Amino acid sequence: MKMKRKRLDDNLVFSLVNAGILILFTIIIAVPIWNVVVSSFASSQSLARGDFIFLPEEFTLNNYRTVFKDESILRAFFISVLKTFVGIFAHVFFTAFFAYPLSKHYLKGRKVYSAIGIGTMFFSGGMVPTYLLIKNLGLLDSFWVYIIPTMFTYYASIILMNFFRDIPDSFEESAMLDGASHWQIFTRIYLPLSKPALATIAMWHAVYQWNDFFAAKLYISDKKLYPLQMKLYEIIVESQNIKDFSPGAVMTTTKGVQLATIVVTALPIVIIYPLFQRYFISGAMKGGVKQ
Amino acid sequence: MKKIKRHFKEFKSQATLQLMVIPGLVFMFVFSYIPIYGLLIAFKRYTVLDTFSTAEWVGLDNFRIILSDPIFWTSVRNTLGISFIKLMIGFTVPIILAIMIYEIANGKFKKTVQTITYLPHFLSWIILGGMLISWLSTNGLLNQILSILKISYKRPNWLLDPNKYWMIAVLSDIWKSSGWGTILYLASMARIDPSLYEAARIDGANRMKQIRYITLPGISRIISLNFILAISGILGSNLDQTLVLMNSQNRAKAEVISSYVYKMGVVQGDFSYATAVGLGTSVISLILLIFGNRLTKKLNDNESVF
Repeated sequence: MKMKRKRLDDNLVFSLVNAGILILFTIIIAVPIWNVVVSSFASSQSLARGDFIFLPEEFTLNNYRTVFKDESILRAFFISVLKTFVGIFAHVFFTAFFAYPLSKHYLKGRKVYSAIGIGTMFFSGGMVPTYLLIKNLGLLDSFWVYIIPTMFTYYASIILMNFFRDIPDSFEESAMLDGASHWQIFTRIYLPLSKPALATIAMWHAVYQWNDFFAAKLYISDKKLYPLQMKLYEIIVESQNIKDFSPGAVMTTTKGVQLATIVVTALPIVIIYPLFQRYFISGAMKGGVKQ
Repeated sequence: MKKIKRHFKEFKSQATLQLMVIPGLVFMFVFSYIPIYGLLIAFKRYTVLDTFSTAEWVGLDNFRIILSDPIFWTSVRNTLGISFIKLMIGFTVPIILAIMIYEIANGKFKKTVQTITYLPHFLSWIILGGMLISWLSTNGLLNQILSILKISYKRPNWLLDPNKYWMIAVLSDIWKSSGWGTILYLASMARIDPSLYEAARIDGANRMKQIRYITLPGISRIISLNFILAISGILGSNLDQTLVLMNSQNRAKAEVISSYVYKMGVVQGDFSYATAVGLGTSVISLILLIFGNRLTKKLNDNESVF
């Protein structure tokens, strides 16, 4: 009896310490994010004093008013939304279109095709040769530079192939008997049955498209084509350099406006991520297991 | 001959399927294999004025110049320094975190911890960089916390101090990626046979012992895999992070190999030189990958991960 009691106590102590440390870790993640969000609502005086962590003394919506009045920010937001949606459709469809034939074990030349695909996962030309390619293709300063080079990854097509393979062959066989073509089988049977897998790669690509700023930094000099991330980058880096090195220079944005832009840029992800969390997680696990 | 004919016939009978393969193949050829072929410019002198074919072959000249380029060596030192500290502290955090999450019994608490700790992974480095600049500024969150805890009232701007940069780069990376880094460990823990824990409990093993003798061995393979990848990634550097956190005050400690390639190649148009830096780095990374795999093979009784 005494033994059992002691073990129970040990167990409880372990659980409490474990929960305590995890709560601390969660706080370390959450508090700074909270601080940025409330700071974006703080008046410039509160921000200048920097005397709060959880709640500023004076609240204001002015920062957001400025952001939503700024045409270049609104434009960048629109470009981001557009490239995310167009990007998702192009990426999911193109990847699935390739994954369908590759999922057929009887496909002639399948081994060669997958060797070519695996090669792209291990070797890459790197930044400069890719830049030169994009330049030679005439994609510099074009909206399509966000879409076309990201339409396909072999990694995403592996995930779809594995999913397609789990669809029973009898579906294909009976559709064939009814005279359906591969195109019809692909669009009417395989795509509708694969919604969870399609959602997984769509979500990945959505996050990628929304977050990527480097394509714009490398390939776009026309500011009208800047996505939100690139606009934010410009605001932040510019303000850093002006503030730090030429005290007399006029800042184009205040700290409050920068923070509000950060929140606006992060918000779509923060809203969407918890809703689709399971797709992100299952996708990451599938990829990992295959490694 | 007959065999070839038969193959051809089979190939023809799947014409639709074969046609569906073509766009993907063309894509990979254009966007992956052409740039790989383009790596040859590392052995040429190719600047903004040349085309690929007119550029003159120079053999290993570019690589020779790299070896005597002091800024290149600065970027190597910074890359190695940051990667090394990251490996020392950053590598174990997700493992410990995964074990702790795995030990939670309450489902709701578990879900909350996971949702919050995964979140930073989904924020871009631009967003996080903007946040960091705010937190680390003169009147930012960090200085505020330090003065509340009565540790320091000096209120410096942390990002302007070159000597703090490595630590900022490492800690912000850990903050961003540790939560999401638990996923693969949690996935392989989920595959551990529950009866092992039951047997251990009956034998009187406490929870620390269960972790030591059941959980850790259960995830050892994925730990070695991640370790090899971390070793081979030691010359890899976080370009997004660097581009947003680097300023002219901390540049000497912030410039890493990838940002140097970006600056030389894209900003200054010295294509061949930048490609040579990139290619050299990739080759060394590949060697490290093979070496790391050998090493784990030895440690794991000849069972290699790849």
